[in-house]
Amino acid sequence: MENGQSSVSRDAASTGEVSAVPAADITAICAAFDNDSHRMLDILRTVQDRFRCIAPSTMDAIAAQTGLTRIEVEGVASFYSFLSLTPRGRVTIRLCDDIVDRFTGLADVTAAFEDVLGIGIGETSADGAFSLEYTPCIGMCDQAPAAMINDVLLVGLTPQSARSAAEALMAGKTPEHLISDRFDELSPQERANRMVENNIRHAGEVLLGPVPADAGLAKAVEMAPAQIITAIEDSGLRGCGGAGFTTGRKWRFAAAETAEKHYVICNADEGEPGTFKDRVLLTERPHLLIEGMTIAARAVGAREGILYLRGEYVYLRPLLEEVLEQRRRRGLLGESILGIEGFDFDIRLQLGAGAYICGEEGALISSCEGLPGEPKTRPPFPVNRGYLGFPTVVNNVETFCHAARILDRGAGWFHAMGTEGSHGTKLFSICGDCLNPGIYELPYGHSVWDILEMASGQEAAAVQIGGPSGTMIARDSFDRKLTFDDLATGGAIIIFNGDRNILEIVEYYMSFFVHESCGYCTPCRVGNVFLQKAIAKFRKGLANPDDIDYLKDLSATIIETSRCGLGMTSPNPILSTLQNFPLVYSAVSKPSKDGIRDTFDIQSAIDSARKIAKRRSYLYDRDFTK
Amino acid sequence: MSGLPKARIATASLAGCFGCHMAILDVDERLIELMKLVNVDRSPLTDKKRFTQRCDIGIIEGGCCNEENVHVLHDFRRNCDVLIALGQCAIMGGLPAMRNAIMHSDAPLRECLDEAYITGRYIRNTTHNVPNDPALPLLLDEVYPCSQIVEIDYQIPGCAPEGDVIFDTLVKLLAGRFHGFERDKIRFD
Ligand SMILES: Cc1cc2nc3c(=O)[nH]c(=O)nc-3n(C[C@H](O)[C@H](O)[C@H](O)COP(=O)(O)O)c2cc1C
Ligand code: SF4
Ligand code: SF4
Ligand code: FES
Repeated sequence: MENGQSSVSRDAASTGEVSAVPAADITAICAAFDNDSHRMLDILRTVQDRFRCIAPSTMDAIAAQTGLTRIEVEGVASFYSFLSLTPRGRVTIRLCDDIVDRFTGLADVTAAFEDVLGIGIGETSADGAFSLEYTPCIGMCDQAPAAMINDVLLVGLTPQSARSAAEALMAGKTPEHLISDRFDELSPQERANRMVENNIRHAGEVLLGPVPADAGLAKAVEMAPAQIITAIEDSGLRGCGGAGFTTGRKWRFAAAETAEKHYVICNADEGEPGTFKDRVLLTERPHLLIEGMTIAARAVGAREGILYLRGEYVYLRPLLEEVLEQRRRRGLLGESILGIEGFDFDIRLQLGAGAYICGEEGALISSCEGLPGEPKTRPPFPVNRGYLGFPTVVNNVETFCHAARILDRGAGWFHAMGTEGSHGTKLFSICGDCLNPGIYELPYGHSVWDILEMASGQEAAAVQIGGPSGTMIARDSFDRKLTFDDLATGGAIIIFNGDRNILEIVEYYMSFFVHESCGYCTPCRVGNVFLQKAIAKFRKGLANPDDIDYLKDLSATIIETSRCGLGMTSPNPILSTLQNFPLVYSAVSKPSKDGIRDTFDIQSAIDSARKIAKRRSYLYDRDFTK
Repeated sequence: MSGLPKARIATASLAGCFGCHMAILDVDERLIELMKLVNVDRSPLTDKKRFTQRCDIGIIEGGCCNEENVHVLHDFRRNCDVLIALGQCAIMGGLPAMRNAIMHSDAPLRECLDEAYITGRYIRNTTHNVPNDPALPLLLDEVYPCSQIVEIDYQIPGCAPEGDVIFDTLVKLLAGRFHGFERDKIRFD
């Protein structure tokens, strides 16, 4: 970005508004959250939205109001990528730079934004009007390339549409008015639907077919809590967020804890690249989700719940707030739900701020508590001591939706679908190289071929099941089945055709984990960097056969010594491709000649000394004597 | 063993303090026993500056901080069947690699030289120059462990490794009986 360079700043100094935040505003923002340090993320998000940054002076003020130390506030402010310590543009454009977007023309879309706005990625314009950034998967993989413009989503971008959006913004149009000139008059549901396609390609029997309103809840109030748990257990329902823990057992553990309070938390963080099914449920079945959470609350005896919505889905906030409000009005949330004395439950919406790790349930709880989104050491498990130390059920969006349907239709109905060990239906979010990307609700047990046929992606050379933390398989494994016992997935299925470079994909996924590691465990924080570098070496053709052992050894160490699921799965892109695409690695590695490593480049290693000494090398500048 | 021809070994000190070579001498009178098993070719111990013939074992002290170290190490790799990295500097870069910690600088090497020769608090350098004789080898951008430059077959840890460990390892290697170290021998001090 030659032309942008002179008028651009990366830091606070030249945009100058840092110290201008009036103390009264900070006091008012903190007071709106009862000066409660557990609401730190909300406080900081509000400050960020209003003042475009969390300046050092505001951190002092926030610390004073909430009774924390400044460094504690800064610990939170610096953890989340949507919060910044230096000013961001009044309009912040975040382009999804996932591998899927890269394969669908991200580079040209980026160039269009850079050209019109006059700034490069990572920069803020000198007048403070715009920032341009890259961000990992924002859950719009079926309509890539996609971008967040403040709280607005733009999808299916082309260089042309990117250019006209950027020009309209430059001309003073608000992001909202890019969507519709009548944006203000639209209902939250209409706004969401205008911004983002649902792409429901196949509706199954449980979630996306016809769903009678609150029929499950009506049954649940007739049942004792223990009966609800038994029904969920009998249905065979397993968690849909990835790990697949038996939901009924989770509820039973939480219910068995005697405690002053219990909590129910819905995990709508949906950060695994390639996963966007919760987005569709939140848009299409928000009532079913809240119904499921309410049933869970009755089962475990919770009076309070939290819906943790990833920051990237902020465009759904008005819709969800409206749904919660409607349900309060109808007596489906709040005190004496459906007139049942003592059945009290309400939900607050907690917005995340751009951190994949917050999908891990411990980190999610930390984040709800106003802390940096770091996982917690287990045990204790959340069902024993979770949010604020109280027994807490954390379930995925889809899991709660299923639970509500099971109560309506009965455990046997659900149990009869799917396969032994994987009962019911599952939402699959399919994207990448296929004609029909989108959401497919199918019973467990379909083969990968079935999926490829439905999505018209039969040309696939590789399919990534379960996102980066899952498994990449080759054509010879496409008859494998989508079940917990064979190919488990939280829903993500990413299709790659034969033109795609497997090592490029692997390197991107490693960079994703490097970026998203919370940094607590050294093997995860440092090891993933080493893995990424090692893959880069393969891509440059500089690897030895020994390096394959190195990849395996280091991966094993990271898996063995990491505290949470991120580190335990981050080497999977490498391990699964080593196993399923061994030729990709052997084709680009060769034994080093005479035991001399090609990766060491003497010319670049002596270059700075050559410049300092202002002379050439006797040993390595061949023509020295001539 | 007596029937076998003597093995030929070579040693070099690269970016090290010569402590590891002193540790080789720390085998004391067992040096006589060792000399029954080996001939020493290129080595500071013999003051031979070039290989006279191919060697069975090369022993390297120190990592690579300058171009000459790289040159010597390449020469050793080409001329020795088995290459041993002896001591912490050879294995990980050791003390000299402390300069690799100057990483948040646009010109780390310049910063390092300036501090070492000009701006450092305890420096008395009346010329105010960084030495730059044409005979001085050019420094590398950072200090590299030997294994990043060439393939290394064995590593003997320690700073310096104990004489006992060096002796045992060499004797076992020569007899084809080396299968790794006892746990208590893997020490870095
Ligand atoms: C790094 C990491 C990220 C995760 N992200 C999500 C997520 O985005 N959504 C989700 O539901 N579960 C996610 N999980 C799984 C949760 O920790 C937890 O198992 C899940 O929310 C439990 O709900 P379920 O049993 O209904 O699936 C993640 C786990 C890890 C280790
Ligand atoms: S494994 Fe990685 S993400 Fe998980 S706690 Fe450790 S450092 Fe954080
Ligand atoms: S390992 Fe220790 S003794 Fe050997 S060269 Fe390095 S500093 Fe000297
Ligand atoms: S939104 Fe870009 S890949 Fe998911």
